[in-house]
Amino acid sequence: SQGDTNNNNKHRIQKILVANRGEIACRITRTARRLGIQTVAVYSDPDKDSLHVASADEAIRIGPPPARLSYLNGATIVDAAVRSGAQAIHPGYGFLSESAHFAKLCEDSGLMFIGPPASAIRDMGDKSASKRIMGAAGVPLVPGYHGDDQDIERMKLEADRIGYPVLIKPTHGGGGKGMRIVHTPDEFVESFLAAQREAAASFGVNTILLEKYITRPRHIEVQIFGDKHGNVLHLYERDCSVQRRHQKIIEEAPAPNISTDFRAHLGQAAVSAAKAVNYYNAGTVEFIVDTISNEFYFMEMNTRLQVEHPVTEMIVGQDLVEWQILVANGESLPLSQSQVPISGHAFEARIYAENVQKGFLPATGVLHHYNVPVSSTVRVETGVKQGDSVSMHYDPMIAKLVVWGENRAAALIKLKDSLSKFQVAGLPTNVNFLLKLANHWAFANGNVETHFIDNYKEDLFGDANNIVSMKEAYEAARLNASLVAACLIEKEHLTLTGNPPGGSSLLPIWYSSPPFRVHHQAKRRMELEWDNEYGSGSSKIMKLTITYQPDGRYLIETEENGSPALEVKATYVKDDYFRVDAGGVINDVNVASYSKDEIKHIHIWQGSCHHYFREKLGLELSEEEESQHKPKVETLANPQGTVVAPMAGLVVKVLVENKTRVEEGQPVLVLEAMKMEHVVKAPSSGYVNGLQVVVGEQVSDASVLFSVKDQ
Amino acid sequence: MLGLIGRKANLWGGSGRTRWLCVAATATNAPNGGAMEELLAQLQSHVRKAIAGGGAEAVKRNMSRNKFLPRQRIDRLLDPGSSFLELSQLAGHELYEEPLPSGGVVTGIGPVHGRLCMFVANDPTVKGGTYYPITVKKHLRAQEIAAQCKLPCVYLVDSGGAFLPKQAEVFPDRENFGRIFYNQAVMSAQGIPQIALVLGSCTAGGAYIPAMADESVMVKGNGTIFLAGPPLVKAATGEEVSAENLGGATVHCKTSGVSDYFAQDELHALALGRNIIKNLHMAGKDVLENGLQNTNYEYKEPLYDVNELRSIAPTDLKQQFDIRSVIDRIVDGSEFDEFKKLYGTTLVTGFARIFGQPVGIIGNNGILFNESALKGAHFIELCTQRNIPLVFLQNITGFMVGSRSEANGIAKSGAKMVMAVSCAKVPKVTILVGGSFGAGNYAMCGRAYSPNFLFLWPNARISVMGGAQAAGVLAQIEKGNKKRQGVQWSKEEEETFKTKVVEAYEREASPYYSTARLWDDGIIDPADTRKVIGLSISASLNRAIEKTKYGVFRM
Repeated sequence: SQGDTNNNNKHRIQKILVANRGEIACRITRTARRLGIQTVAVYSDPDKDSLHVASADEAIRIGPPPARLSYLNGATIVDAAVRSGAQAIHPGYGFLSESAHFAKLCEDSGLMFIGPPASAIRDMGDKSASKRIMGAAGVPLVPGYHGDDQDIERMKLEADRIGYPVLIKPTHGGGGKGMRIVHTPDEFVESFLAAQREAAASFGVNTILLEKYITRPRHIEVQIFGDKHGNVLHLYERDCSVQRRHQKIIEEAPAPNISTDFRAHLGQAAVSAAKAVNYYNAGTVEFIVDTISNEFYFMEMNTRLQVEHPVTEMIVGQDLVEWQILVANGESLPLSQSQVPISGHAFEARIYAENVQKGFLPATGVLHHYNVPVSSTVRVETGVKQGDSVSMHYDPMIAKLVVWGENRAAALIKLKDSLSKFQVAGLPTNVNFLLKLANHWAFANGNVETHFIDNYKEDLFGDANNIVSMKEAYEAARLNASLVAACLIEKEHLTLTGNPPGGSSLLPIWYSSPPFRVHHQAKRRMELEWDNEYGSGSSKIMKLTITYQPDGRYLIETEENGSPALEVKATYVKDDYFRVDAGGVINDVNVASYSKDEIKHIHIWQGSCHHYFREKLGLELSEEEESQHKPKVETLANPQGTVVAPMAGLVVKVLVENKTRVEEGQPVLVLEAMKMEHVVKAPSSGYVNGLQVVVGEQVSDASVLFSVKDQ
Repeated sequence: MLGLIGRKANLWGGSGRTRWLCVAATATNAPNGGAMEELLAQLQSHVRKAIAGGGAEAVKRNMSRNKFLPRQRIDRLLDPGSSFLELSQLAGHELYEEPLPSGGVVTGIGPVHGRLCMFVANDPTVKGGTYYPITVKKHLRAQEIAAQCKLPCVYLVDSGGAFLPKQAEVFPDRENFGRIFYNQAVMSAQGIPQIALVLGSCTAGGAYIPAMADESVMVKGNGTIFLAGPPLVKAATGEEVSAENLGGATVHCKTSGVSDYFAQDELHALALGRNIIKNLHMAGKDVLENGLQNTNYEYKEPLYDVNELRSIAPTDLKQQFDIRSVIDRIVDGSEFDEFKKLYGTTLVTGFARIFGQPVGIIGNNGILFNESALKGAHFIELCTQRNIPLVFLQNITGFMVGSRSEANGIAKSGAKMVMAVSCAKVPKVTILVGGSFGAGNYAMCGRAYSPNFLFLWPNARISVMGGAQAAGVLAQIEKGNKKRQGVQWSKEEEETFKTKVVEAYEREASPYYSTARLWDDGIIDPADTRKVIGLSISASLNRAIEKTKYGVFRM
């Protein structure tokens, strides 16, 4: 009805407000710009200078850092859209994208919401309602029993019907409490009674539901698209099984190791699901796949564009944001189901600021160095640039790395290569972990399932007890430390020659390379601290001696016994990029460094390795450097612990008595002189001794006031 | 006395074309290469010993006290990756009964925060850093250069004071120990910063080095300053006191005020030293006014390999070589604009640049005649008028002797050149690339003419005349004496006499004999000549050039 051609021009979108931030805001802006549609960004205070603001035509402030006061504040955003004259709002993903209320608010304000109808969002937002609707539409659901009849005989019959293993779950509560997995029928009764007791004790309600337990599940989802004319089609599936903390980290399309038949069934089920709620615009139907029985079941439907939509775009060669705008404009889908192409294979790896070793805890920090690989088949969706910070306010995702290849094997090679060239310095990331994942044999075979990381954690998190790999890791670090030394010195030399320090007009020959010495070669030492990221976490200091060779090479020796000296030639190319010749082996390397808290942080990327070193900045003193030693005068006249009057004055207060225990720095008495009060403090912890002065007494300069002794 | 040495002067100066041919021939045939390689190998081995300091044991002891060696200390003060022009590495070489590597003190010039400084670093591994006569001489020479070039002085003090057994040669005279503090006072008055880092003991007279400094740093534990150490205090007053309590960093930074900065350890002290230099403000003190205006920061390397200088210099001084082949290898782009090329051809004069710095070069191509001396005086006048630094390339046997020459007034012409050299106030750098004999040494800015810097090639020879000539002269006199006494002198006796003289001259004319006594600022590898001249002139131009005033030229 809204697709009336007469209304088309009136309703056509000319300006979109993007109600989001980060990479997705940049992503939407990019397509809009290509289509000649103006964009309006919104930002919270810390995002004022961020990439998504810079890439939009205009930007409007929507509030302070907390999301609920800015990016989740629907009223303010709608107001911004109205003020800017935008006809439509694109919600991106997350934030308000699945708020039926917000979609309604847009429509009520005369703005187009680029997404599904509010009713579909509402229907799919309620998990049990959505399952009911899907069941009615014939979409397969995980077999289970949700009935009120809790009689044990009935429950046992239902369990037998569902088939083992069966999951016994209290209807209330959570956190896994009272949950039981029953593998055989004879275990059922005992487990059921135990679960009931536990549920009653924990939640006060002992109702139980039953569900089929899927031992080796895969997470496969189908991208669907509908228009306002009732057409719905699917754009094939994505496999998102590899997860940590229940969040996806590597996604791919199409799903590996499934048959064409299975693929068709999945797509059909997804289209049926969408049709059941009169869906239009982009959506995703998520399924759980039992890898043992090869059955798939509906889990939920995401009524928005997904984070991982680019892998679908890569295999079908379509721009899904463009489709979203077309549909919002009331146009029909540009293709029919049979016209949807499928070509090659795509991966997406999510690069997060996070601490892998500490259970993938989100990290914050500044992107001191950020250099990413891009080509026609390698896409990097990012919302940050070098120098930006990843703050605690929002999602710690730095970027999505998307690669495409002719087939899965070819795409995987590209993924590994791109990950090894994905350079981030300044905060901990999961890049090395992703690389380990991508290199794992089971991943290469496509044996993906949701427990993948847990199943292979020994391979993925390394084994500190493995001496051989520790030794190898150390050797690699030693080589990289040498390369770092050569590159840093080379760059320093270039900087100094071009721009001698101190702003002086000193002739550059004083900084020529190699530095001149009379009849010998200049040497310097460098101490680099190295953390073995996958080892015991202990750090090691590598002591390097670098000798400048007459031909511009650096002879680098380490203090290790029997390790030969390495001759390194470093040629600076540009930015952080060098070409190094280490003992005849020539390599491209990137060396990035930044200084923080008197420590130089150095990163090197070489081949498929990344190493990180720290160097103490000992020589240069900061302005605040306290070069004065804490005075402790020990003379024959005044033995240790003696406190003398710092000046002549009047005793105005005596705060402690003799033999009192005092802590270092605790006030003992107060003197007044020159109209100023001066507090005399204990020089160390101990007991006050020989305190004889009284209030009102005049003391002379350097007279003994008391002493502090250990006993 | 000063005259032609027995060697045939090859007087060809040649046209430009012949010059190129000559250069090519020298380079490819490398007739002297082998001999020079031997000399360099010998030099390297001497230097290696000098750099090793007071031996493995002493070095180990030094390290165990968390102290660095003097050159390591300097390295950590210098801007990272910067050059260091070390002076007189072989001072004290075979001078005393016992070896005294580098004369017990390391000196040289290098940049800190972009400012050139003179470093004087005691070597505590060599006789406890005590001052031998040559140590004093080397310290004073460093101060002389610092004063001449207005270089801030950084003293890295770690010394037991005067070497007592030789006190008579160290303590009393004008150019002895006391002069060090005199120089500190005078330089400080001239606004040349004096900075002391007390990294070890600093006893007796040595205590005045930090005390006379503008600013000083002391290291906790290692650094001590006292007029008399604990043993002497006990002997004199009976007081028993530890070195740290008597004159440690705490006493001097907190109580006595002898020192200004308290350092936790040596690295901290060196960092504080760099900071002090960073904060020096010498702007407006006539630094960098004249010399650098005409400096090109972009320059071309010579067309010929500097390493070929090793094969150009003959080890047999009787062999003549064209000084232009040296010039071609040290000046920018090998571009040398000759002045008065066709006149007085035994002296080569002309303009060039070295690392972008304009220089006037004066080089010998044979003995000095009337015309050559006049040409030299003329050229020096040109350079002083234009504030162009002078580079002297010495390979000189002397002025032409003989009746014709005397009648032409060779003494008068020579005097003109000596007058010009003496009074020229532009920076002067002298390199001895061959012989340096007689009055030729004077006219070509020998040590007595206070060039800012003077270096030798390993093949250089320096003496009043050649050994054979001296032997001839002395034998004639001796023969006359004997004749008057009526003593017959046999041919054999005469030969023995002559051999002795030749041997003595040979020994004393050696570059090692010279450099051990600090008649120069060091022996250099010919291949380093361009760099050394460039660095020397750069250091010399650290101050404004004074105006030159000449005395009376005898016309």
